[in-house]
Amino acid sequence: MSARIATQGRLIDRSKPITFTFNGKRLHGLQGDTLASALLANDQMLVGRSYKYHRPRGILASGAEEPNALMGLGEGGKFEPNQRATTTELYDGLTARSQNHWPSLEFDVGQVNAALSRFFPAGFYYKTFMWPKSFWEKVYEPVIRQAAGLGAVPKERDADTYEYFYAFTDILVIGGGVAGLQAAKAAAQTGAKVLVLEQTPHWGGRAPVDGGTVDGEPVEAFVERTVAELSAMENVTLRTRAMGAGVYDHGYALGYERLTDHAPLLAGPRHRLWRIRAKRIITATGAIERTLSFAGNDIPGVMLASAMRDYVVNYGVAPGQRVVIATNNDDAYRTAIALKQAGIEVLRVLDARNSGGGDLMRQAHEMGIRIDCGRAIARVKGAKRVTGVSVCAHDGEGGALEEVACDAVAMSGGWSPVVHLWSHCGGKLIWDETQAHFRPDPNRPPTGADGEGFVVPAGAANGELMLDAVLSDADAAGKLAAKAIGFKPKRGKVPQGAGPEEAPMMPVWLMPARATTALRNKAFLDYQNDVKVSDVQLAAQEGYESVEHTKRYTTLGMATDQGKIANINGLAILADSLNAPIPQVGTTTFRPPYTPISMGAIAGEARGEIFQPLRRTPMHDWHDENGADWEPVGHWRRPYAYVRPGESVHDAVMREVKNTREKLGLLDASTLGKLIVKGRDAGKFLDMLYTNMMSTLKPGKCRYGLMCSENGFLIDDGVVARIDEDTFLCHTTTGGADRIHAHMEEWLQCEWWDWQVYVANVTEQFAQIAVVGPNARKLLEKLGGMDVSKDALPFMEWRDGQLAGFDVRVYRISFSGELSYEIAVPACRGRAFWDLLLKEGAEFGVMPYGTEALHIMRAEKGFIMIGDETDGTVIPQDLGLHWAISKKKDDYLGKRAQQRSHMTDPNRWKLVGLETLDGSVLPDGAYAVAEGVNENGQRNVQGRVTSTYFSPTLGRGIAMGLVLHGPDRMGEVLEFPGTDGKAFKAKIVSPVFYDKDGEKQNV
Amino acid sequence: MKRYSAFAIAREALRYHTGWERAWTSPEPKRHYDVIIIGAGGHGLATAYYLGKNYGITNVAVLEKGWLGGGNTGRNTTIIRSNYLQDPSAAIYEKARALYEDLSQDLNYNLMFSPRGVMMLAQTHHEVRGYKRTAHANALQGVKTEWISPQRVKELVPIINIDGPRYPVLGALWQERGGTARHDAVAWGYARACSRMGMHIIQKCEVTGIRREGGKVAGVDTTKGPIDCNKLGLVVAGHSGVLAQMAGFRLPVESVALQALVSEPIKPCMDVVVMANTVHGYMSQSDKGEMVIGGGADGFNNYTQRGSFHHIEETVRALIETFPIISRLKMLRQWGGIVDMTGDRSPILSKTPVENIFINCGWGTGGFKSIPGSGWGFAQLMATGDSPLCRAFSLDRFKEGRFIDESVAAGVAH
Repeated sequence: MSARIATQGRLIDRSKPITFTFNGKRLHGLQGDTLASALLANDQMLVGRSYKYHRPRGILASGAEEPNALMGLGEGGKFEPNQRATTTELYDGLTARSQNHWPSLEFDVGQVNAALSRFFPAGFYYKTFMWPKSFWEKVYEPVIRQAAGLGAVPKERDADTYEYFYAFTDILVIGGGVAGLQAAKAAAQTGAKVLVLEQTPHWGGRAPVDGGTVDGEPVEAFVERTVAELSAMENVTLRTRAMGAGVYDHGYALGYERLTDHAPLLAGPRHRLWRIRAKRIITATGAIERTLSFAGNDIPGVMLASAMRDYVVNYGVAPGQRVVIATNNDDAYRTAIALKQAGIEVLRVLDARNSGGGDLMRQAHEMGIRIDCGRAIARVKGAKRVTGVSVCAHDGEGGALEEVACDAVAMSGGWSPVVHLWSHCGGKLIWDETQAHFRPDPNRPPTGADGEGFVVPAGAANGELMLDAVLSDADAAGKLAAKAIGFKPKRGKVPQGAGPEEAPMMPVWLMPARATTALRNKAFLDYQNDVKVSDVQLAAQEGYESVEHTKRYTTLGMATDQGKIANINGLAILADSLNAPIPQVGTTTFRPPYTPISMGAIAGEARGEIFQPLRRTPMHDWHDENGADWEPVGHWRRPYAYVRPGESVHDAVMREVKNTREKLGLLDASTLGKLIVKGRDAGKFLDMLYTNMMSTLKPGKCRYGLMCSENGFLIDDGVVARIDEDTFLCHTTTGGADRIHAHMEEWLQCEWWDWQVYVANVTEQFAQIAVVGPNARKLLEKLGGMDVSKDALPFMEWRDGQLAGFDVRVYRISFSGELSYEIAVPACRGRAFWDLLLKEGAEFGVMPYGTEALHIMRAEKGFIMIGDETDGTVIPQDLGLHWAISKKKDDYLGKRAQQRSHMTDPNRWKLVGLETLDGSVLPDGAYAVAEGVNENGQRNVQGRVTSTYFSPTLGRGIAMGLVLHGPDRMGEVLEFPGTDGKAFKAKIVSPVFYDKDGEKQNV
Repeated sequence: MKRYSAFAIAREALRYHTGWERAWTSPEPKRHYDVIIIGAGGHGLATAYYLGKNYGITNVAVLEKGWLGGGNTGRNTTIIRSNYLQDPSAAIYEKARALYEDLSQDLNYNLMFSPRGVMMLAQTHHEVRGYKRTAHANALQGVKTEWISPQRVKELVPIINIDGPRYPVLGALWQERGGTARHDAVAWGYARACSRMGMHIIQKCEVTGIRREGGKVAGVDTTKGPIDCNKLGLVVAGHSGVLAQMAGFRLPVESVALQALVSEPIKPCMDVVVMANTVHGYMSQSDKGEMVIGGGADGFNNYTQRGSFHHIEETVRALIETFPIISRLKMLRQWGGIVDMTGDRSPILSKTPVENIFINCGWGTGGFKSIPGSGWGFAQLMATGDSPLCRAFSLDRFKEGRFIDESVAAGVAH
């Protein structure tokens, strides 16, 4: 059994007990425990179920590599699945639930899969579940889906908040173990600005557990002293509970700081995502111990040797009372010694090496620990916990030499450097034969814009596993990184680490070396996904030879630990199956993040109302208070209509159109884009951007213009006003302002960089109000201050002046076909002017109108709307807008494209009006069918509806559309099938339904 | 080659699966083939398969620089749909979707085609109109789609937030028989079927040159030596321009990284595929339980197969807005694939300026879903010189201005 012991426990505070629950059961832990250590202290060895076979799973590791101990933590809006018990700090009131079992952790129906596991080898699902065909989607897949998955689904909206943080630093050190601290110190002493991130709450990494001395004093003292020194330096920032999550191009890195996970009652955001720009990144990320692949290595109670040592030394927890240790290297003897010192019985150390180890072995031997060299574990016995092991010769097939009863097994297969962050951005690896691991290839680092490597590995992450080498390597890394960016390293004394001599490790990829098929079938590589040695061998046998094929076929390394435990062992098995050297097989790609990071942190503050900031016109609040039915347009919202009590939206729209046509309407047109184009070459520039000639426009006048893409398609339209010789004001559509501004800048900056033109987006600097309808002039005359008569301010001209004391710029332009003035005032005066127009306009029947009334009135007049009549495939010529295309200009954007054969094809669909025979409204987006089908069996079509409305002015449905040879087919009737089976018949007519001669607007 | 079945698994189980054969052989190249396809991704393998199946052409080699299925076939978000607006797109994507329905049986390899339904949310009036138009077009194209209400959206996707403060859901375009499939299995299934027909799939064989004689293709030079052929198909998304250059012509394509990510797995909570183009993201839940999330393409040209972070941030933000509960999930992994982008974001399936060289590229963000249809049409084009499915996607459309632009309805991703 696992239990708390009376001694040891450097990270726990025995005076501070903590209560928590696991699967509803109340348990006790201590301040400083992780959830994993606290569960072990309570003899909770079974903590979860594996993914595929639902096999019992216990705690394997003590850190971020843990594949088994995944929990659902918290309640309600704070519930989160799949959290690692090994990296969860215990707090009072923590609630944890184990995952992937039904009805209970102890008794899981799903474990029938384990009994049948021989029928479910790697990739079995590709070979079956195909008959009968309909069963896949109706039977097999739903069952598989339910059985798969892992954690429970969060039910409520996240109750926590998150934030971003931006940091710029010379050097980012990832990892706060002895290597990271020494590298940070060496770098910081040069004066460079240094940021150090450590994923755990503690500095020093595993060195204090592993022992040894630095300059004659214990490692712990060195750590304390170095942290104190770094804390005192102004150019150093230290952060614990902050993981280096990803390294991206150009020295961009992500840090993931967990602020309140360990204390949910703390105020403030839960996670903080650090977005870091560093000139150099030092990865001091340590190494991860490998498992040994023997049968039953997944039974709860089998643990990594280093993890077992951690639980004893750090948390005062004995993962077992009678322990067998299997190893291929010296490090596991540290565990044997630590256990023995804590009073735990170490029954055997089974060292696969015939000649055993070095100093540590001798020390263990002297302490009376039995050491069997050349021996191995043939199989572990037990179901939900270890009950014993069969011992065999390592160099055999697994024939049992001895049965040993025990309650825990520690294993060590050697160490693999954590190379993830080195590799994220393209750093390459080399295979180290002596230590049997991949480590960073110093000649192929990830490179920055200058072609130089920008990531420097340090310590164990660089393949240095001995304390003295770790410290000198880290010191060199810190100096190298600083020097590379222009700082001058000081020639300081490098701390000297000392520890026992170690004998070489011996690669062991399968234990025993020639294990039988039956044993290989129970030797697990990927604990979470249930991938065994036999699965990888099957993949190789079936031709899935690339390491990526093997991964994808077997799911090796695809679990939530992303292969931290399984990958090296798996690819060694693959290499062995293929008779290829390991480096030739290579690794799968390391992708960010290092360990999973919360979606909440990625999204940051941007949620709800501030998901995307809303843009507001000066009149926004008035609209909101007066029944606006909002419509999102770009980042704005515009009133679709102003709905009065008792009205439907449709009623409101009809009323607004009628009132504007008969009396007086007001439109908040502030959202329309307003771009100032200024400079000596402004006219020349606009001649290129618009299809029209703009350079000949006289100051004081306005012209409607069309803008096309290079491919000839119509992308925007609007009225251009010439302010003075060098200045134009270009109106764009509401959605188009930012896009067209960028479009202009792109041409100015990339193509015509020598033209003297500047563009400024002044959309939000002005409030603009359209005063529309037969009474428009009466209202402005009542306000007084400037002459707005037909002679003083004719159609398509503008004037600056004053109205009722407001500074105004008045444009005589109309998108409704009515007498219309668009009046711009400084944004700060917008609301006051709007209020004044409403007050003074009351006697003329003033009423604001929304976007739908605007649309209907423009359609009644046959005016096109960008986004309705155009869709990125329409050219001005399709819309009968030849009059707006200058014939005098040599060039404009889109001109050459419009001369291509498909663009001049007489069979292009052209703009017409459409009238249903029965006065009904054509369905939006409906197509006019033609006879027969095309070569792919699709119904032939000859036109489509681009806009369709009920016109209150005409009392019937009206529509615009694009139709094959449309303008030549006036009076013909087309058929438009609806999607509900009903067909509509409509006659081709002129697109101008109202006031064909423009008598109403030009008065 | 032995057939896969439940009985075969039971038989093999008794002998610890020692009797399974290679899924595909790994031969050395011959001196000459009737047809060489460069690129053993989904499109290349499907082309080879239909050359054999529909036209009896089996003296075929498929050459692959890396490992088969290792490009975008193995990096996408596995969505299959055909609710496209323009006729040529709808034709080829619907052909593909229809082939997917029976492909597992056809190939004797379970691709796990899962027609769980694909929905494209409308969150602006403009999108509503675009999708209604698509529904009209689809009805005439023989693609079964419908416009559904926000309430129906909520019924189909209980975890969705339909009345968010910024972009409430106004409805959706729903394709009931759209869905997902296991992407790797598509490549593997086709590879196994091609191998069964005697075709050669040659991995780790990089093409270093394309030989021409008298304006016609003569063969290719590879890292495994020269190989002759009568006809050559270039099917190498991401590197199409490089191959075209070897053949002596230029392509109107750019290569950019498209990004995706997955969450840690959770129990099933979303059966359908949801695309939200206004906020810019899409999501489905795999059979493993991971939420599979796609977003935008990086805005710069790139060959690195890794993405930047800012798109991830935008995508995740958008999806939390749409599915609030995913805020409490964690991102497990992000990755990128290199896609070919053409001027109109539609593919090229075409003859080329060099006689007997054909090109299949430019699928942009829409390649996976089209694999069977693309292979079907491209095989027809290569075998007969013409294919109704491919006709509109010819290279000369860029000279003529005959664009096939889907951005109207598909907004961003397709």
